[in-house]
Formats: sequence, C-alpha cells, structure tokens
Amino acid sequence: MVVVVQRDACVGAGQCTLVAPDVFDQDDDGIVLLLEPEVEGALLEAANKAARLCPARAIAVSAQ
Amino acid sequence: MTAGPRIVIVGASIGGLTAAETLRQEGFDGEVILIGDERHRPYNRPPLSKQIVVGEWGPEDAAIRSEAEVDDLGIQLRTSCTAESLDAVGRVLHTSQGDIEFDELIIATGTEPRRHPLVPTALTLRTIDDALAIRDGLRTAQRVAVIGPGILGSEIASAARKYGADTQLIGRSGALTLGGVGSLLSSRLAELHTENGVDLVLDAEIVGARADAGGTSIEFADGRSERADLVVAMIGGTPRTQWLMSSTLTVDNGVVCDGTGHAAPGISAVGDVAAWRDPYTARPVRVEHQSNAIEQAIAVALRLVHGEPGARPIPLFWSELHGTRINAYGWFDPELPLVSIDDGSNPHATVLVSRDDTDRVHGAVGWNAPPREFRAARASVAASAAIAPALITRP
Repeated sequence: MVVVVQRDACVGAGQCTLVAPDVFDQDDDGIVLLLEPEVEGALLEAANKAARLCPARAIAVSAQ
Repeated sequence: MTAGPRIVIVGASIGGLTAAETLRQEGFDGEVILIGDERHRPYNRPPLSKQIVVGEWGPEDAAIRSEAEVDDLGIQLRTSCTAESLDAVGRVLHTSQGDIEFDELIIATGTEPRRHPLVPTALTLRTIDDALAIRDGLRTAQRVAVIGPGILGSEIASAARKYGADTQLIGRSGALTLGGVGSLLSSRLAELHTENGVDLVLDAEIVGARADAGGTSIEFADGRSERADLVVAMIGGTPRTQWLMSSTLTVDNGVVCDGTGHAAPGISAVGDVAAWRDPYTARPVRVEHQSNAIEQAIAVALRLVHGEPGARPIPLFWSELHGTRINAYGWFDPELPLVSIDDGSNPHATVLVSRDDTDRVHGAVGWNAPPREFRAARASVAASAAIAPALITRP
C-alpha cells in the first residue's frame, strides 16, 4: 500500500510520528516528512492509524 | 436491502466520517449510512477560519476525502438530508428524505454558532459557505470588527490583518482565550495581536448596533461607538440537538453519554455535540476540537465492532495567528500558570506546560515550538494521563 502526505495541509500536531514513527517524521517546522512511502504488515497498520488520527487529514493510505 | 446490522451516522463532518472509516477498517461489513444536511461531501472545518478565509485554499481543498475514496468505503452518503426527529426506543430516524431504521445510531451533528443578539449584521462561521462569505467580505473591507475573544475570533482577526484591513478584536471580558487553554495565554496573545496591528477592544460591553448601507456602528456601554464595514461574531456555539427534543435521550448542553460515548441502547454520540462523562468527575463535558471528534469517533467505532471502548481521548488542538503556530495538548487547570520548560531565551519559540505540585504535566503548549521539544512534552502529558485524573475539572 502507498502512503501519501499533503504537506500544505499538515498542522504539525505530530500524531503520526507518535503512532507510526517508522513511517513519519517531522521537519524543523513540525511539518510531516514521509519516511516510508510503501508499507505492508505492521507498518501498514500503523500508517492507517496515523491517517485516521491526523487532525488535518493530511495522510492517505491507498492501493496506489 | 442488505442483511446484517445497519449503523446510521447523523452528521457528515469529521466525526461522522471518521466513525464510518473506522467501522470499515475494523472489519464491520454491515450497512453504513452517513447523512449530512449540507450539500457538500465531508470537509475539514479547522481550515475554514484559516486557509479558506485568507483565500489560500479553495473550497475543494478542504474536502476530507475524494469522491472515489468515499465510494471505496462502501457506505451510503446522503447529503442535503436533515435529521428531523428520533424514535430512540423503536430505533427509527426520521429525516427530510424519509425514515431510516437502524441497529446502532451515532450522533455527530456538531454545534450551531450563536448569532450576536445585538448585532444582527454580524457574520458567523460554521459551514464552508459561511467561510466563503467571510472571505469575500474581507477582500473588500477597509475596517473589520471581530466580536469574540476566543480562538476563532483571534483567527479571523489574524486573517483580516493579512488582507491589510484595520482590525478590531472585541471582547466582553478582559482576557483572550484559546480553546482548552482558557485565558492562560491571554497576555501572550494580546502581545501577538498588538504587534501585528490588531486593535484590542476588551472589557467592552456591546449595548447596540446601527447598520446602514456603508456598514455597522457598534455601540458600547461606556458611550463609545466603533464603525466597521464588516462585522464577524465568533461568540461560541450551541449543540445541534433540536431534533432530539422529542426523543427519550438525555440532552443537557449536548447529548449526555457515559465515558465511552454511549447515550442509550443502540445510540452513541461523538464530537462537539456529545457530552461524555469525565471518568474521574462523572460530569458530562463537551470538547469542541477536531481531534476530539476524531478520537471519540474512533473509540465509538471500536466499541461497536469489538465491544471494547478505545482509549480516552486527550484533547489536542492547534492554531496559527499572524504566522505563529500554536499547538496545545492535554488539560489546563485555570489556576496553574503555564511555565516555560526551556531557558526562555527565545520567547517567540517555546514550550509551556501546566505542571501541578507533584510535578505531573497535564498539558503542554507549543508556541512556534521545535517539534522534538513539543513531542517530549506531549509524552509527559500522556504519561500523566495514564496514571492520574486530569485536574482541570475540579469538583
């Protein structure tokens, strides 16, 4: 599965880096950085959790 | 009609959509019907008072999911459909598009902004159409008056300055407030607004207003009056529960629920409209933040699918005022002043915490904070929340 982040929507809350630290990081302004654009297994589960927790809805996980 | 249980969600904003998404992600394969009274697909509300009013985003940028993504969820989305009343015992929802039976109902109808009783020309903000009207007004206004010293009032004042308008921020009390942080940041906010050219009119009681073709004159108790060609009132909201008045649900400043969002057999509520009982004080509390709606929706969906409630949400919200990013996480006791946890050398970028006398951190504010420092402060909030009640709600 593919992870897509929308950096201009990110508000830097950091929910994603807490629940999926292997998939997401934050830059110096707190804006999301994508570490793993393709995820499976435990990382996919974590990325899905991050996507639904993201307060700005800036993360999407999809088949492509 | 498909067999299997049917979950109906009233309110197609962030809470309702998150509930629907989580139900599917957790493997619920019954019917999901999501109804919303607006004509739009679900969209994010926080950008309305931020990117949308300043014109950085168009309305389509606020959409939470694309049409294809909503289709992929395998849910029925009914827009322009208004919930009219509820038979909570017979489990029937009466809507403008007919009756819908349900096995489980999730109420996520949000709040309605209060209109200013003395300033009928003042615009308010709830929907994307409201935000576009404010944006259009800001584009031409020379002089803008924003009534309401809360987070939304501050955001609209910040937007008005971006357009270069003479801007007044009017509050009945002497303090500026910021969501769950209350007035603890008032002096910082006042300084930020003043530095950026907002004229603060606090401790000011409005006694009337006169509107003419050129704008509105707002009259104050001390005899002063202020003129503006655009007035926006951000004076809070009331839960949208009118349609529940004939039902058997307990409605008291929101739909009263237990600590897991359960309101009555087969009925749950999430988001701004829901008053979940605080697990420690047993008092129903409403929290009007996007992340709270998200986490309550996830918790309810997990309970409906797996029978076990999800984690207790920890409040989190953010704002951006005059380019300063503010994040807040946790609970804030109005009696505990916020303290900076760095050396204080840069007052424009810091982390402030609400720490009790046992050294537990209950809340953290990032004020243009470096993300790593804010994350560390958040971890201590989460650790405190796991072992102790939040002290914000004193008996």
